[in-house]
Amino acid sequence: MSVETVWPRLEPLLPRVSKPIQYVGGELGAQVKDWDSVAVRWALMYPDAYEVGLPNQGVQILYEVLNEQPDTLAERTYAVWPDLEALMREHGVPQFTVDSHRPVGAFDLLGVSFATELGYTNLLTALDLAGIPLASRDRDDTHPLVIAGGHAAFNPEPIADFLDAAVLGDGEEAVLEITGIVKAWKAAGRPGGREELLLRLARTESVYVPRFYDVDYLPDGRIQRVVPNRPGVPFRVRKRTTMDLDQWPYPKQPLVPLAETVHERYAVEIFRGCTRGCRFCQAGMITRPVRERSITTVGKMVEEGLANSGFSEVGLLSLSSADHSEIKDMCSGLADRYEGSNVSLSLPSTRVDAFNVELAQELSRGGRRTGLTFAPEGGSERIRRVINKMVTEEDLIRTVVTAYTSGWRQVKLYFMCGLPTETDEDVLQIARLAHEVIRAGREATGTKDVRCTVSIGAFVPKPHTPFQWAAQCPPEVVDHRLHLLKQAINADRSLGRSIGYRYHDGEPSLIEGLLSRGDRRVGAVIRRVWESGGRFDGWREHFSYQRWVDAAAAVLPEYGVDLAWYTTRERDVTEVLPWDHLDSGLDSEWLWQDWQDALAEVEQDDCRWTPCFDCGVCPSMDTEIQIGPTGRKLLPLTPV
Amino acid sequence: MVARVRLRYAKRGRMRFTSHRDFARAFERALRRAGVPVAYSQGFTPHPRISYASAAPTGVASEAEYLELGLQAPMPPAELARALDEVLSPGLDVQEAVAVPPGAGSLADRLEASRWQIELPGLEREPLARAVAAFEAADQVPVERLTKQGWRTLDARAAVVTIRVSTEPVTGATLGEPSGVAGVPCAILDCVVRQVTPAVRPDDVLSGLRVVAGLEPPVPPRVTRLAQGPLTTRGEILDPLAVDRDGTPAESVG
Repeated sequence: MSVETVWPRLEPLLPRVSKPIQYVGGELGAQVKDWDSVAVRWALMYPDAYEVGLPNQGVQILYEVLNEQPDTLAERTYAVWPDLEALMREHGVPQFTVDSHRPVGAFDLLGVSFATELGYTNLLTALDLAGIPLASRDRDDTHPLVIAGGHAAFNPEPIADFLDAAVLGDGEEAVLEITGIVKAWKAAGRPGGREELLLRLARTESVYVPRFYDVDYLPDGRIQRVVPNRPGVPFRVRKRTTMDLDQWPYPKQPLVPLAETVHERYAVEIFRGCTRGCRFCQAGMITRPVRERSITTVGKMVEEGLANSGFSEVGLLSLSSADHSEIKDMCSGLADRYEGSNVSLSLPSTRVDAFNVELAQELSRGGRRTGLTFAPEGGSERIRRVINKMVTEEDLIRTVVTAYTSGWRQVKLYFMCGLPTETDEDVLQIARLAHEVIRAGREATGTKDVRCTVSIGAFVPKPHTPFQWAAQCPPEVVDHRLHLLKQAINADRSLGRSIGYRYHDGEPSLIEGLLSRGDRRVGAVIRRVWESGGRFDGWREHFSYQRWVDAAAAVLPEYGVDLAWYTTRERDVTEVLPWDHLDSGLDSEWLWQDWQDALAEVEQDDCRWTPCFDCGVCPSMDTEIQIGPTGRKLLPLTPV
Repeated sequence: MVARVRLRYAKRGRMRFTSHRDFARAFERALRRAGVPVAYSQGFTPHPRISYASAAPTGVASEAEYLELGLQAPMPPAELARALDEVLSPGLDVQEAVAVPPGAGSLADRLEASRWQIELPGLEREPLARAVAAFEAADQVPVERLTKQGWRTLDARAAVVTIRVSTEPVTGATLGEPSGVAGVPCAILDCVVRQVTPAVRPDDVLSGLRVVAGLEPPVPPRVTRLAQGPLTTRGEILDPLAVDRDGTPAESVG
């Protein structure tokens, strides 16, 4: 049975909302397949505004992978702004996909990619507008399966009630496997209904179905255990890892929006995973091992991606791009190819060393040197040992001065505040560093025309990291330290004039902390926030700290816990964590030891260059580090 | 820069929701994909040499948008139009390209007036006809418009050359599906409005109908610019590219 487009009902509403272009689809690279020609239909959602969601790599990759399958279609949907939400409710228009404006409720699956926990309330808006019951237990066979992915899916417990399933890790192969299971189940006449389908997915051991697990609590509020409640469901669900990225060169046909979006560039992942071992970094922990894309595949993707999109910017993305084994040849090869062509290349790397400056110099050959970002993350050498971000003060100053003498006038330094064991003194060191950088920069360049911007955010402890047991720093302490830092930077008026200071207050981070390390009981808080109007929590102008505090105070006492219990409380080694049954491959004893090493200020090497230190990922996931060099080079492009 | 080309293009169907900035970004990318040898400005941040002439407002469809392009290498206009149209999203359609002869006058100066079609779903023909008659009878119709500087008042009447209720919409293959649902009335307004400063837009004409006759469309209207160009004394609009194309003044196009 074909499904009607909602376009005729949506179109008259669009002249009345801001930026209507974001809802019309028709982007270059968008695909509209015949509804009746396929067996399985996915709606893919990025739960934020179109301008943020469209460039998302995860969604673009899965969209293309799924649409390449002849018997599958995938369309995209994004969070609608409150102005359109109100009109849709008034006129009974459901949540729709932008590709062909079909109602989301008509699809077999709704896959939602969570890069951040602050998109949870937007998930509820979309479900509600789609006519899908918020609680998964209230859904029947006519509703899509709601499946979460993305980094936040490594602890989906706070949204467990709203999900039918979650997938941990890389999605390329997972979506194809899920599609196959759904297709077979539909072809067989949907035996056993929704429950049976979910059971089939759970039996793969890499799809987490929250309803098949019971959570028991201790009298003090901690979790006693999480156990499967039916046979055939695994005790632990494993993450997915896509190996050999050269076999998965997506996106091939990037989506090119008509509306203005946050990133307007062709982005290519030059490797996935990171083993630098920064202890605060969830991405670096859950995406192991390192898997490089070869220089020649990257060259081909850039060439075709530019030709297919018309973008004039290329981003070479990864968690630490300067670490690619062929990065030097890659940068100079691409710079040679695109010199004089109005194509600009960027390497959003944050490694603090002279090599990084050299690469940036190569990429900006003949072009503008607008700004360079370095991320020492911690202000003092002591705290940098705690977080395992090993940069000496001398290195940092030398690197920044190299940038100044190489033609950059503006450098951004990124730090965190509220790290475990941090004192006021650790944060105040940032001011000293910034002063030193400017002093040395002025001396080396012989001019006062050098600037640096200190950008600082509050640290949020994340699941599957050594800091998962840590107490989050209370917002008052964070804000106090940020204030002290501001004063310290401006204490020297001459140097302070050359230093910009950007910070975010601690309150939103505390809520991010609640959602990051929360368990299923936090679901009631999310629902209450949403019911009282919470939307777009990742946006300063929409986020209300008070709304979250009030909802937590209203809902949590019933369980004998509170906001502080989830956030500023340190956990001990025996506590069952809400995500312990979700397997990122990291050995929990290794993680605990790394936490103890952090407290003892002991560093950990990177297994990319040194022997394995047994974090557990490769043996438990049957994966291995895949790095070059391949020894190949990028040849000049031959004009067609 | 070795040559200049003038383009006529359309914004159709859902692409009417592109803003001018959206179109400009999409067009620059299309130039790169189509391999058009566009000329760039000098300086630290070179920009492609494109000048847009009086773009239709966001949300308004158009059959007659114009721009001028500088080339750094020659390219036959017909080939250029075809190549660009092929790589632009359906609904952003390049209709024609014309080489600019040396000494040709400014394109913007030729765009003296626009012909607009305003579809008003849910509205009967008679109340619209009464409002139009009242509008025509007025010497001045002051309307308010919200600008960045706040509310300002302008006269919606003087710039309107002709205004009439039309019997048949100009739709079909070129304009896409007509608005509204079958069985619901849809009155259609057809007007020619002179290009003045401050601009009088279709919205302002509708505000004028509200001012003179209390006309309130039940749903937002769908507006299409049908033509743009030199204005004859009889209120017709001529093809603004005719002079460049064959050196002779144009036939009426609207």
